[in-house]
Amino acid sequence: MRTMFFTQAVDDALAQAMADDPRIILFGEDIPLLRRNLLVRFGPRRVRGTPISESAFLGAGVAAAMAGLCPVVEMYMVDFLGVCMDALLNHAAKVEAFSGGKWTARVVVRAPCGGGYGDGGQHEPSLWGWLAHIPGLTVLVPSTPADAGGLMLAALQHNGPVIFLEHKLLSETWLEFLGSGARRTVQYDVPAEGAKGAVPQKWEPVPIGKAVLRRAGGDVTIVSVGVGVHRTLEAAEALEAEGISAGVLDLRTISPLDKTAVCEAVAQTGRLLVVDEDYEGFGLSGELSAVVLEAGISCKYARVCTQTTIPYARHLEDQILPNKQRINASVRQLMQ
Amino acid sequence: MSPDLWSLYALMLKSRLFEEAIAQLWHDGLISGEMHLGTGEEAIIAGVVTQLREGDAMALDHRGTAALLMRGVDPVLILHELLGNPDGLCGGMGGHMHLFSKEYLAASSGIVGAEGPTAVGFALSAQYLHPGAIAVAFFGDGAMNQGMLMESMNLASAWNLPVLFVCKDDGWAITTQSKSVTGGDLNERARGLGIPAAEVDGCDVSGVWEVSHSAIERARSGQGPTFLHARCVHFEGHFLGLQLIRIVRDPLREMPEIAVPLTQSFLRPGGAALRERLAGLKTVLAAVFSPLCDPRRDSANDPVRSARTILQSDPVRLQELEDQVEKEISSALASALVEVPS
Repeated sequence: MRTMFFTQAVDDALAQAMADDPRIILFGEDIPLLRRNLLVRFGPRRVRGTPISESAFLGAGVAAAMAGLCPVVEMYMVDFLGVCMDALLNHAAKVEAFSGGKWTARVVVRAPCGGGYGDGGQHEPSLWGWLAHIPGLTVLVPSTPADAGGLMLAALQHNGPVIFLEHKLLSETWLEFLGSGARRTVQYDVPAEGAKGAVPQKWEPVPIGKAVLRRAGGDVTIVSVGVGVHRTLEAAEALEAEGISAGVLDLRTISPLDKTAVCEAVAQTGRLLVVDEDYEGFGLSGELSAVVLEAGISCKYARVCTQTTIPYARHLEDQILPNKQRINASVRQLMQ
Repeated sequence: MSPDLWSLYALMLKSRLFEEAIAQLWHDGLISGEMHLGTGEEAIIAGVVTQLREGDAMALDHRGTAALLMRGVDPVLILHELLGNPDGLCGGMGGHMHLFSKEYLAASSGIVGAEGPTAVGFALSAQYLHPGAIAVAFFGDGAMNQGMLMESMNLASAWNLPVLFVCKDDGWAITTQSKSVTGGDLNERARGLGIPAAEVDGCDVSGVWEVSHSAIERARSGQGPTFLHARCVHFEGHFLGLQLIRIVRDPLREMPEIAVPLTQSFLRPGGAALRERLAGLKTVLAAVFSPLCDPRRDSANDPVRSARTILQSDPVRLQELEDQVEKEISSALASALVEVPS
């Protein structure tokens, strides 16, 4: 077993795949600086920087995939997909359907997401629900280095478009780049288990669409993803002291959802809490309630999500992003 | 009309001192995330903003502090915003990338190129509601490759809108040298869309004032948009704490962190042939070491200093002005910091 930081694991898995498959190429803004370690190993033909032209280079990534390459297109932040959504919404997601199943775009879009470091409402959202809403897109949100590398490998092997989201609070490089800038005067609530951890000697794909039970618990099932998983685990520990046994299910994949795992867990506890850093309305949390209802499971339900535009001020941001206090309060309410 | 260098210098100095104070707050950890300063582009902002009047609008990028300050927004309100106070300019909700002033029709964005559509919309509204008013878009050379800005320039041209498109060209698109990702000539691009282009030294505040004066008059009189291309340097690079700048300032601390994984990866089996790897290494070294020969290091490119040199012919007046500006900024800072919890 080796130990790696989160982004280090993603890059390492990516490098393993690139060494095996010459069709994998990598491009995005500032890539010569940000992915310099891959650039010196795979050369400038396969690792290249782009202008600030998201519509062009993401759209090109989709078509290059259709024509046989396997591009990894990096977005500076998931928010910036707003600039070039057409490539995903109208093209990548629909090629397979429009071609009668004869053609797919094997493209991986890698983007940092998430908040908790004071960068304001255009740089901190999660947006996975917005992306997963579109049929044809696979959306991955790993919460540990091992899953991050394994899911990147799975994304590269997947025969269709995959959005790979990397939470900035887990990523040692993004948090330094966009948050601290190497300062020692700022602190962020980084979940240690998510930021650094054991990874396999050789990467194997982590299956897409498979959730993992991070903690067993008989009173309530808390379903979460990304940093929310770690906030939830922390909350579950505190709840145990109060005599409440909370299970924690890490979805890892937003789309396709692991409905079986969700339903099995909720059927046992009869209580579902969704902890989702993404916006509350019309998203993952509501979708999960539909999943259990459609399965005929009767349960109590609550959610802890982000309801508004993320405030810039750190103290306001801490309140509106899912946190331990809000999770505990919701669980206690479900237990009443 | 001719520019008043004394008032332009006062504004530039005020902005410089203000942003230096902001940098200190950032280093002290009182500002959490990114911080993009406009230090180095003051002449461009001052030369344009001093000609704006009531009803004129500004579409700002992620470094809009200088423009707002020079337009007349209370520095204490800006500081409170950057500190995340509820009584900040935007109630602590926006932060430095998302500063808004409805009073001055000024909107910022952290999305590169978004100034284009915003300025076009402000100008469209001006045509109906405030004939004679104009809109200014401030953006960098990196934004010139963003589709929405190019589309906006075409729209402004086609609809003959009163917009001044100001490209503050520091040669960098975030941490990538623009020339490596940009085709053709920026002025020719504007002309290709039917917009007259004017080139000006972004370090020369009087020059910027004169060129933008005729462009703004042109827009006010219904003759349509102008593209102003001004070169400048950003002393702090894209944002504070940028690794490329840290390398220059503290190479012994920064280099090992870069060099060790880079060497390991370069030597790792599997991947490209040696020739490709060397080409990759060359690209990385060019990126990492480019700040060493960067014009940021040359004080001749400091617009505040350039203006000061001219004004030194009247040292007494200069001293008075500088004392006054320093006093103003320290008092704004003192007043803003009173309420910061320790």
